[in-house]
Amino acid sequence: MRRYVILFTLLVLFVGVTIWMTAIQQVGMFKMFPPGKVVRETIKHLQIVGAAEAIAIGIGVPVGFIATRRAMRFVSPVLVGIANVGQTVPTLAFIGIAGAVLGMGYRAAVVALFIYAMLPIIRNTYAGINSVDPAVKEAAQGMGMSRAQVTWRVELPLARPVIIAGIRTSTVVNVGTAAVAGMIGAGGLGELIVTGIAVRVTQLTVQGAAPTAALAIILDSLLGEVENVLTPRGLKVMKEKQWQQ
Amino acid sequence: MIRLENVYKTYPDGTEAVKDLNLEISKGEFCVFLGPSGCGKTTSMKMINRLISLTSGKIYVDDKDIMSFNPNELRRNIGYAIQNIGLFPHLTVWENIATVPMLKKWSKQKQLDRAEELLELVGMDPSVFMYRYPSELSGGQQQRVGVARSLGADPDILLMDEPFGAIDPITRSKLQDEFLKIQAKIKKTIAFVTHDIEEAIKMGDKIALMKAGRLVQYDDPATLLTYPKDEFVRNFVGADRVLKGLRLYKAKDVMKEPPVTVKIDEDPARVKKRMEESNTKWSMVTDEKDRFIGWIASDDIKGSKSIKEIYKPPTVTAGPDTPLNEALSMMINSTIGTLAILDEDGKMLGVLSFDIIRDMLGQEESEQQKETKASGEKS
Ligand SMILES: Nc1ncnc2c1ncn2[C@@H]1O[C@H](COP(=O)(O)OP(=O)(O)O)[C@@H](O)[C@H]1O
Ligand SMILES: [Mg+2]
Repeated sequence: MRRYVILFTLLVLFVGVTIWMTAIQQVGMFKMFPPGKVVRETIKHLQIVGAAEAIAIGIGVPVGFIATRRAMRFVSPVLVGIANVGQTVPTLAFIGIAGAVLGMGYRAAVVALFIYAMLPIIRNTYAGINSVDPAVKEAAQGMGMSRAQVTWRVELPLARPVIIAGIRTSTVVNVGTAAVAGMIGAGGLGELIVTGIAVRVTQLTVQGAAPTAALAIILDSLLGEVENVLTPRGLKVMKEKQWQQ
Repeated sequence: MIRLENVYKTYPDGTEAVKDLNLEISKGEFCVFLGPSGCGKTTSMKMINRLISLTSGKIYVDDKDIMSFNPNELRRNIGYAIQNIGLFPHLTVWENIATVPMLKKWSKQKQLDRAEELLELVGMDPSVFMYRYPSELSGGQQQRVGVARSLGADPDILLMDEPFGAIDPITRSKLQDEFLKIQAKIKKTIAFVTHDIEEAIKMGDKIALMKAGRLVQYDDPATLLTYPKDEFVRNFVGADRVLKGLRLYKAKDVMKEPPVTVKIDEDPARVKKRMEESNTKWSMVTDEKDRFIGWIASDDIKGSKSIKEIYKPPTVTAGPDTPLNEALSMMINSTIGTLAILDEDGKMLGVLSFDIIRDMLGQEESEQQKETKASGEKS
C-alpha cells in the first residue's frame, strides 16, 4: 500500500512538473515546446519503446528458453555470458554504434533499444526455466508428459513470474534508454532533452525528462500488475510460506 | 508382470551401470531393488518405463516388449513415484493427483472423483486437501500425495524410487505400514528401489539384491536372511540378520498358551501352589470377562488375602500382528521378560517370552543346517 502512495505521489509530481514547464511558455529568448508537441513526442517515445520491447520479447524469450535445452549446454554459457557483459556496455555507446552503422533515425534507435532490452529477458528466461526443480520435470516426464507438455504445462508456468520480471526490468530501462536515442534523431522525449542540453536551458530539458520519468513509473506499475496476475496462485502461496519461516 | 532379459546399460561416459540383469516380477508382486548406492537400482527401474534407454537386452511388460510402445503411452500406464516427490508447485493437490487422468483426457468430473478417491485411500481428507497447494502440506503429506498421484489412472504397475526416503523415521515407518495396507487392497505389480535393508525386508515379497550393476541374489526376504548366497549378501544384510528376520514373523505365529492363568477372584494360596507345581515365576491375571489385567509373581503371594491387592498391571502388551522384532524390544523393556498378546477387546490370546523366540530361532537354524548338509551331499 505504501508503495502505491509513493508511486502515485511521484507520478503526480512528474506530471505536474511537465504541465508547469509547458505552461511557462518562454524562458528568456527561448520558447518552451507547445503542449501538442509534448504529447506527440510522448506518443512517439512509447512507440519506440513498444516496438523495441515487442521484438525483444519475441526473440529474447525463445532464445533464453532454447539456451536451457540440453543440446545447447555447450553454447548457453557463452550466450548468457554475452547477455551479462552486454548489459554493462553503456547505453550511450550502444546507441552511438547503432547510429553509426544504421544511420541516424528511428530505425537505428529501435534496433539498438531492442538488442539492449533483450539482454535481461534472455537472462531471466534462462534463469527462470533452469530454476525449475529437476525432480518436478522428472516426475512430469515419468508420468508420460511429452516434451511439449513438460514445457507448456510445467516449465513455462513455473518460470513465468521470473520471465515477466525480466520484461518489466527491460521495459523500464528501455524508457530511459529511448530518451538517449534522441541523440541520434529518433524523436521521442529525448528530442526535448537533447534540445534543452544543446541550448543550455534547464527548463527545456526538464520538460522532456519529467514525462519520461512519469512513463517509466506508469509502465513499471502496469507490468507489476501483469506479473501479479500471471503468477500461479500456488507459487504465491509458496512464497508466503517461505516468508513465514 | 515385468520381465527383464539380459539387460545391460552403459552410459555414454562409459559407466556400466547395469550388467546382464535377468529378473521377473510376477503380477501383484512387490519387488524391492536393494543394494548400496550406485549399484544400478535406479537405472534398472527407469529402464522399465524407458526414462533410460537400454543398451542391450529386452524388457517385457505383460509379455509385450516395451520398445513396441510409444514411450509416453507406456509411462501413462505405469505409476511413477520418486524420492524428491516432484509435486507440481503451481497446481493444487487434486490437479497433481489427476495428472495422468488429465493426460489421458478423462472428463473433468471423472478426474475430480478419482482424485477424491485416491486422497481417501492415502488417508487424507478430500474436503480439507483437494484445493490446497503442495507448499501447504507437510513432508509426509506431500509423500502421500506423491503416492496418490502415481496411482492416478489406476496403473497395473508401479515404479517407486525411494518414495519414503526423504522423511523422518517415524513418519516413514507409518507411511510404510499404510502403503502395505493399500497394496494388500490394490495388489499392484511393484518395482521399489531402496538402499535400506530394513525397508526392503518390511515391504518386499521379493528382494533383488544388486552389487556393481549385477544381480547377486533374488529371493523372498526370509530366504535372503536365512540363506545369504555369498559374503557380500551376508555383509549387506548385516550380522544382526537373525534379529532382522524377526520382523518377518508375527506374534500370533509363535505365541504359546500361558502355563498358568489366574482369575482375579481365585484364592492366593491355591494360585501359589499351582505356580509352584508348574515352576513359573509369573502368571497372567484375568478379570471375570477373561480380559487380561496384569501379572502376578509367586513370591508376592505370600500371606496376602486376595489377588486383587498384589497383581501388577502390565507395562506393555502386544497384538497378534505385532512383528516379532517389535515384540522382542517390548520384552526387553518390560520388567518380566514375558509379553501378553491380546486381541482388540483385551482378551488374552497367548504369551511370548525370550525362551519361545529362542526355540523358534533354534528350529530355523537346524532346518538351515539340514538343508546345507543336504545340498552339500548332492554336489
Ligand atoms: N546419467 C548418467 N550418466 C553416467 N553415469 C550415470 C548416470 N546415471 C547414473 N550413473 C552411474 O551409474 C551407476 C548406477 O547409478 P544408479 O542406477 O543411479 O544407482 P543407484 O540407484 O543404485 O544408487 C552409478 O555409478 C552412477 O554414477
Ligand atoms: Mg538411486
